Formats: sequence, structure tokens, C-alpha cells
Amino acid sequence: MAAASNGQQQTSHESAGIRQIHLPFSTVVRITMNGLKIRFWRSIVTASGIFLGIAFLSYVTTNLLSTSTNDADERARMIWLVVMSLLVSTVGIVNSMLMSVTERFREIGTMKCLGAPDNFVVKLFVVEAAFVGTIASAVGWLVGYLGAVLVKAASMGIIKAFASVGLVLSLELAAGCILVGAIITLIATIAPAQRASVMPAAAALRTQI
Amino acid sequence: MSATEYIVRTKDVMKEFKMGQETLRALNGVSVDIKRGEYISIMGPSGSGKSTLFNAIGGLDKPDSGSVFINDVDMAQLDSNELAFLRCHTIGYIFQTFNLITVMTALENVRLPTIFAGMNADDGTERAMELLNIVGLGHRYDHKPSELSGGQQQRVAIARALANNPSIILADEPTGNLDSKTGTEIIELLRKLNKDQGVTVISATHDYKMLDVSDRIIWIRDGKIDKIENRADLDIQLGGMAGQEE
Repeated sequence: MAAASNGQQQTSHESAGIRQIHLPFSTVVRITMNGLKIRFWRSIVTASGIFLGIAFLSYVTTNLLSTSTNDADERARMIWLVVMSLLVSTVGIVNSMLMSVTERFREIGTMKCLGAPDNFVVKLFVVEAAFVGTIASAVGWLVGYLGAVLVKAASMGIIKAFASVGLVLSLELAAGCILVGAIITLIATIAPAQRASVMPAAAALRTQI
Repeated sequence: MSATEYIVRTKDVMKEFKMGQETLRALNGVSVDIKRGEYISIMGPSGSGKSTLFNAIGGLDKPDSGSVFINDVDMAQLDSNELAFLRCHTIGYIFQTFNLITVMTALENVRLPTIFAGMNADDGTERAMELLNIVGLGHRYDHKPSELSGGQQQRVAIARALANNPSIILADEPTGNLDSKTGTEIIELLRKLNKDQGVTVISATHDYKMLDVSDRIIWIRDGKIDKIENRADLDIQLGGMAGQEE
């Protein structure tokens, strides 16, 4: 994909030697992973924003799904909790990602000065968000799920507790939590990253936080 | 590639900024022609519009009207990808605040532009080491910007600006955050690169040390060109002034 483009892109500026920059996807992934590694602890803080939200969501949803109460009030209360936890995790994730993109506006401006194409900048953040969002959500689900089981185990014993939650249901819930977490993370990242990437480089460099 | 005499031309460049209710005209019809291989200083007091002109020439900000030509290509005609290509291959930027990527080592910073140019990792590393040696920092390649002095950070920035063999180096107050001695070293390094490699240096500054090495000085005042001086003429003036002081 990267190599094929140079020959085909005959722009009117070809005479001046101006062409398109195409970077292979592997480069994007390499730079992203390197970036995550370098700012490991900062990434952990960002990820914990996602993790906590999803853990809460996973905990209350596991409780809701494994409770066979017929009490309408009780059910309504639990559904309300799930909705609340969804709201809390959304706000937490948006806050984390907005901050982690905004604090790098200058870096985005610098990268643009060095020749990074706009879409490359967005891709960097998308790959990072997809990676961090998925992992943090998966861990969040596991912790929330285990938390719910352990609370039940205190009253009914560990085996009964696992049985009451059920494996199939748990895996469905896991998929749901990861999907919800990853999608919210992606949306919360793409919006500011897109805005930063189309900003004139000078404006991005001027940003102070 | 067309080899024209003028590497940068601006024509009636106009740029306004909105500051609350007021509109500030930062550039009010600036036309300059800069030759290949020149060392140009854009001088003027703070707020005169020199940084705005720097941003317009470097394609970092779009002028409201007028045009900027680099190698006879009108920058307004380029899409964002072509602009990125231009920034990658034709222009190297140096800033007052260095703008190194803080989480990367000196070597990684210098190598970054080569990644955008599609160079493979080994060649990029080799090129980055070569440049760090040129600016005298080969032995500190593994240090993060926070572990380097201001002068050293600016050297890394200069090495980074040279990564893809640009024909223009744009420097915005390159000595602004440096002490006088370090500033002189940076100016001398830029001059050396200008002479040895024939790279055109355009520097926005209010550091009078720059006057000595510049081929021409463009004085900006209130968004307009006040005067353009050749160094030959300036030597006489400076000599006169130095004489008066004694």
C-alpha cells in the first residue's frame, strides 16, 4: 500500500518534487507501541481511567445478570445502577483521553513540522486508543466480575458464587464490556486528535496547558 | 526539480488575528524574495510580525491573503499531504523553545523526520548519528532532552532540522532561550551549515549577534517591511556605531 502510491500519484506539483507521504501501517504501530512504552506510567494512569469505569460497569452488570429476584423495585434499582455506571465510565474515559491528547498538542505540532501527514497523527492516536481501550476494558471486566463473584462467595461459598454467575453469560458480558470500553475510548480520542491534526501547525505549537 | 534563483518568495502576505473585539493586523502586505543559499535574518521588535512571517513562510499557518512560493510552488495550492511532504523534505524548523519530543532520546528525536521520509530504521539511525556528530553531540545520543543543557537541546533541534537534507532552515528566535555565549555558538553552527552545505537559513530574531553573519537583514515593523539591508552596507554602519561608543 505504501510503496505502490508513489508512481501513481502524478500531481501537478510533481515537477517541483512534491509528492504524497505514505507510511505503512506497521510504522504507525511501531511508533505507537514505542510511545506507550516510553510513557509507561502516564499510559497506566490513562488506562486506569478506563479500567475503573469498566470495572464498575462489569461489577454492577454481573450482579444484575446473576440475581434472579422478582422484586420489581430491586430490579429497577439495579438497572439504574448499571446506567449510572455506564455514565460514570463514559465521563471517566472521555476525561482521561481528552487530557492525554490535549497534553500532546505541542508534540502533534512538532510532528507536523517534521513532516507527519495529518492522517498519520490521527492514526497514531487511534491505534493507541484501540490498544489501551481494549486492554484496560478487558482488565476492568475481569476485576469487576471477580469482585462480584467474591462478594457473593462471602455468603454462599465460592463454587455456588461462580455457578450463579454462569460462564456463558460472563463471556458475553466480557465481550460487551470490552466493546463498550473500546468504542467509548476511540470516540473520546478521535474527536480531539482529529481537531489537533487539522489545526495549523503554528496553532498546535502555541498550545499551553 | 527546478533550480530557480529564488527559493522563497512572498507576495503581499496579509495575516490578521482576532483578539477579543479588536482585529490585529500582524502582517500587512509583505513581499520578499530570498535567494538560494542566503543567510537571512528577519529582525524586528516583539509583536512586529516576524514570527507570523516565519509561520507563513514555513507553511505552519495560512496567510489571509497573498501568496508564499517555495521553489516556485504556491503553498496555498498544496493539500495537507503535499504540505507535509514539503515540510518533511524541503524545510527544517528550529524553534526558540527547541520543541524536542521530551519522551524521546536525542537520537530518536533526530531520527523522527527520517521515519516520515520513509527511510528504514537502520539508515535513519546512521543518518541521525552522523548529524549528532556534526553538531558535536555524538556522545550524548542516548540522553533525553531534560538531561541536556539549553544549548545542547538546540543542537539536537538543529540536527533534527537537517535530517532530510532540507534546502531551507527556518529558525524562530533560535537563540532566544540561550545565554549569550551559547547563542553565539548556535549562530556560528548555523552559519557553518549555511556555508558548508549551502542550505538557505532564514531566521526570525531580535538578537543583534545575528547581524554579523547574515547576508541580508529584513527589518519588520508593524507588519510591514521597514527596510532590507545587505551586510556589506551594514558593516559600515556597525563600524560607525562601535566607533561612537568608544
